[in-house]
Amino acid sequence: MSTSTDNWEQVQATAKQVLGDNVVKFIESCRAEPNPESQLIAVLHKVQAEYGYLAEAHLDAVAQLMQIPAAKVAGVASFYHYYRLEPRGRFLINICMGTACYVKGADRVAQKLMDELGIRFGETTTDGVFTLEGTRCIGTCGLAPVMMIDDKVHAEVTPDQVPVILEKYLDQVRRAGSETSGRT
Amino acid sequence: MFGEIRVFRQRPFDGNSHNLGEIVGTVQDRYQELSGQAEARRQEQLATNPILIQVGSATCEHAAGSREVFEEFRKHIVASGRDDILLHQTGCTGRCSREPIVGVFVPGQIPIKYERVDRELVHQIFTSHVQNNQPLLAHVLDGPVERVYAFEFLCCGSHRCGWEEGANLEASLPGLLKDAGVDLEQVNIARASCFGACSSGNEKTCSHVLVKPDKVLYRVCSTDDLKEIIEKHIQGGQIVDRLRVGGKTIGRKFFEIYGDVAFFNRQTRVALRHNGVLDPGSITEYFHYRGFQALAKVLDKGDPNWVIEQVKKSKLRGRGGGGFPTGNKWTMAAKAAEKIRYIICNADEGDPGAFMDRSMLESDPFNVVEGMIIGGFAIGASRGFFYVRAEYPLAIERIQNAIQECRRHGLLGKGILGSDFDFDLEVRLGAGAFVCGEETALIHSIEGERGQPRIRPPYPTESGLWGKPTVINNVETFANITAVINYGAEWLGQIGTPSSGGTKVFALAGKIRHTGLVEVPMGMTLRELVEEIGGGVVGGKKLKAVQTGGPAGGCIPAHMLDLPIDFDSLSKAGSIMGSGGMIVLDEDDCMVDVAKFFMTFSQDESCGKCTPCREGTTRMLEILERITHGKGTLEDLGLLERLAKLVKKSSLCGLGRAAPNPVLSTLNHFRDEYIAHVADKRCPAKKCAALLRYEIDPQKCVGCTVCARNCPVTCISGSRREVHVIDQERCIKCGRCAEVCRFNAVLRT
Ligand SMILES: Cc1cc2nc3c(=O)[nH]c(=O)nc-3n(C[C@H](O)[C@H](O)[C@H](O)COP(=O)(O)O)c2cc1C
Ligand code: SF4
Ligand code: SF4
Ligand code: SF4
Ligand code: FES
Ligand code: FES
Repeated sequence: MSTSTDNWEQVQATAKQVLGDNVVKFIESCRAEPNPESQLIAVLHKVQAEYGYLAEAHLDAVAQLMQIPAAKVAGVASFYHYYRLEPRGRFLINICMGTACYVKGADRVAQKLMDELGIRFGETTTDGVFTLEGTRCIGTCGLAPVMMIDDKVHAEVTPDQVPVILEKYLDQVRRAGSETSGRT
Repeated sequence: MFGEIRVFRQRPFDGNSHNLGEIVGTVQDRYQELSGQAEARRQEQLATNPILIQVGSATCEHAAGSREVFEEFRKHIVASGRDDILLHQTGCTGRCSREPIVGVFVPGQIPIKYERVDRELVHQIFTSHVQNNQPLLAHVLDGPVERVYAFEFLCCGSHRCGWEEGANLEASLPGLLKDAGVDLEQVNIARASCFGACSSGNEKTCSHVLVKPDKVLYRVCSTDDLKEIIEKHIQGGQIVDRLRVGGKTIGRKFFEIYGDVAFFNRQTRVALRHNGVLDPGSITEYFHYRGFQALAKVLDKGDPNWVIEQVKKSKLRGRGGGGFPTGNKWTMAAKAAEKIRYIICNADEGDPGAFMDRSMLESDPFNVVEGMIIGGFAIGASRGFFYVRAEYPLAIERIQNAIQECRRHGLLGKGILGSDFDFDLEVRLGAGAFVCGEETALIHSIEGERGQPRIRPPYPTESGLWGKPTVINNVETFANITAVINYGAEWLGQIGTPSSGGTKVFALAGKIRHTGLVEVPMGMTLRELVEEIGGGVVGGKKLKAVQTGGPAGGCIPAHMLDLPIDFDSLSKAGSIMGSGGMIVLDEDDCMVDVAKFFMTFSQDESCGKCTPCREGTTRMLEILERITHGKGTLEDLGLLERLAKLVKKSSLCGLGRAAPNPVLSTLNHFRDEYIAHVADKRCPAKKCAALLRYEIDPQKCVGCTVCARNCPVTCISGSRREVHVIDQERCIKCGRCAEVCRFNAVLRT
């Protein structure tokens, strides 16, 4: 990757602001390796890990810092399912729609989730609490059907358990809410 | 840990393993030094902590709660003040439905494994078993058991073992023990699969038996040999050296721990031999289980052609789905004129319902890494890549740790083990695109591009990553490499069928009693796998079909269950071996719906580059949806078949070419179900909602109103204590009423 742009410092400063130190440091470390442009996917993972999704501003900054055409960065970001281009809710629900889970009734659990939350796959509830996504096989087929909420795996879920599980998370939000309002 | 303690420079065992021979050159010196140091560290720990509590740690184990279990044991050990216990973590054994699994290993006693352990059970295990030597028989894995035996005989039941026509260790042992006056209540006799102690020299002239708790493997060639073992070992406490088989043979360690469990003892563990045995984070333990011995041998010989010859001789075929002979692939890259070459491990594991690769990466990462270094040497690569799904964070963590440890020990980097071979590895992440499992798409993805395939040829072995010759192999393929070198190509080659050597790992899931990972010799029948190891279908339902190969595979109907599992038989039956996903379907599964499920997947994952796949999968999905919604016609079936054949023929990459397989195989084997959907507007499995009808049986309804209160569209009417009625016009067929009625009054037809 070349640093031939004349306003390099300014570009770097802007990008740093958008991406934050962590990501910038990561990009710099990639620049030291052979074939730095091949690290684009890793860089986007890093951004998503940091911000929960890839905003347009992030993509532009990555393109600038890595000296890769913005169109290509956007193309890569939209090609891979793992990247989210919209902000996510406070909790990310991933229901497994893999084969093993499907034959054990994941479709009914998914339907229940959609009914309860009033959203479909890829959407976020209007209160910003839940984002619902479908995923494929998280490698725990033996415990099918499974659903992940952030990092926690819920095994052998039935449609009836869905409201109970959601309620626990809503409770967290309410408690957090009352704590902050109590403090202010 | 629980292994017999040996100084490293062991007498190599005479059977199949290649003699390490005299230490020659610096590679062996360096290796001996490293492994000697590791062994010393291990011995030191064992001397102070002879008792081992082992807790599973893998994505599946964690999902079942094993982290809490581990923490609870830690607290108990601290609170008890005992300093002779080692809390040990291991990967996953593959016994998913019984996790978390905990092992308690006390020297001189038969190892006990517990299933479905939770915090409460931790307390009981600790107080009763660990502190008071009273194992909890009710919670033993695959138990409950009635007693803990003083001795256990594990008899090899593989076809290579056995002497004299019809001699059968399992059958003759009870009589011999009784004659000798041994209390049969004290002895457990079980059948195991190959211990890896057989070789062409002793095939069919002798058999092997593992005697526990002393963990002595005997080779017996006559009834007199057995009598001697009973008299001297069981009764006299003296090991019969004359019959003892030394060395670390392949299946042995696993059977020492798990050999008494029915789910495990029909398996032949090669790629999974360390799962549930060693700590995946510890290079010290990996050294103990012959870790890097294969690499040292390869670098010591210094001849890439020799390595490739061994791989060819083992008849190893790629485990990623295609079944291409691995030795041939390596030859193609090794012969390339271009000297910069790459090797890639495909850990994208895209089949939605398979988790073999995840388990290997999480449970035995060093083995896969070692296989890759050997592969790199064989083809003359100096850089290698792990392409891992981003959805597997724990696997990524463990592989990264393994790479770092290898670098620290001079097993990766410049001048590996003092040889002139330079090689390094890095991890690259996928980002959730199934098509990236395809070789050329994977290469584009590593290059930082959109993961779209390109036309082959040129094949990656000719022009791959950055245009250089590149070998791509699956995780399981690499996991077999160390076994080929350490245990011998001939030995691996003789397991399996004449055209496909070795074993295959399957992820058993769906409507089967024992879900989990199984590794069996190629050529075992589906029936043995599903019924004997998997325990058959749950809930007394009838098995309808076994789906193999995921979205690229097909369904094998129940009446073909005696089919041997190998690349050729499965493809003849209209399915494929695939990477090892195996989903068992029962009478409640609708085959049209299954075909639709896979088509939804393929349509969604089609990269859109070529028209036959992009449009073809969309059209096929539309037709399948029509059929499951009761709007299909007989003509649709012909149309579907024609489209499927067209897409199969004209798509650019393997995704499109294989996407029609689930449709074609179900049309072939289950045409009557399709016809029921289109002609009679009926779903025989009662799965397709649109074709169902819910009705309330007036004879049975007591008018409790529960259904009416639960119906999401309030289309059920009726007053309290009166027969309720469903308004068929408004009913959305959600099935809620049938679920909630406690009087079985809602009929589904
Ligand atoms: C759409 C598609 C997806 C694939 N997914 C995988 C995968 O997840 N893992 C894998 O090892 N091979 C996968 N393959 C097969 C690979 O392209 C390749 O044949 C294999 O990795 C070669 O390794 P092997 O010779 O050791 O089997 C896939 C192929 C296609 C067409
Ligand atoms: S067959 Fe499908 S996945 Fe493969 S290149 Fe064509 S459109 Fe893409
Ligand atoms: S729940 Fe069953 S018994 Fe009760 S009103 Fe409905 S159909 Fe009748
Ligand atoms: S199937 Fe659903 S919509 Fe139809 S009557 Fe029953 S509960 Fe109501
Ligand atoms: S299919 Fe759901 S975890 Fe594998
Ligand atoms: S040890 Fe009996 S067949 Fe290998």
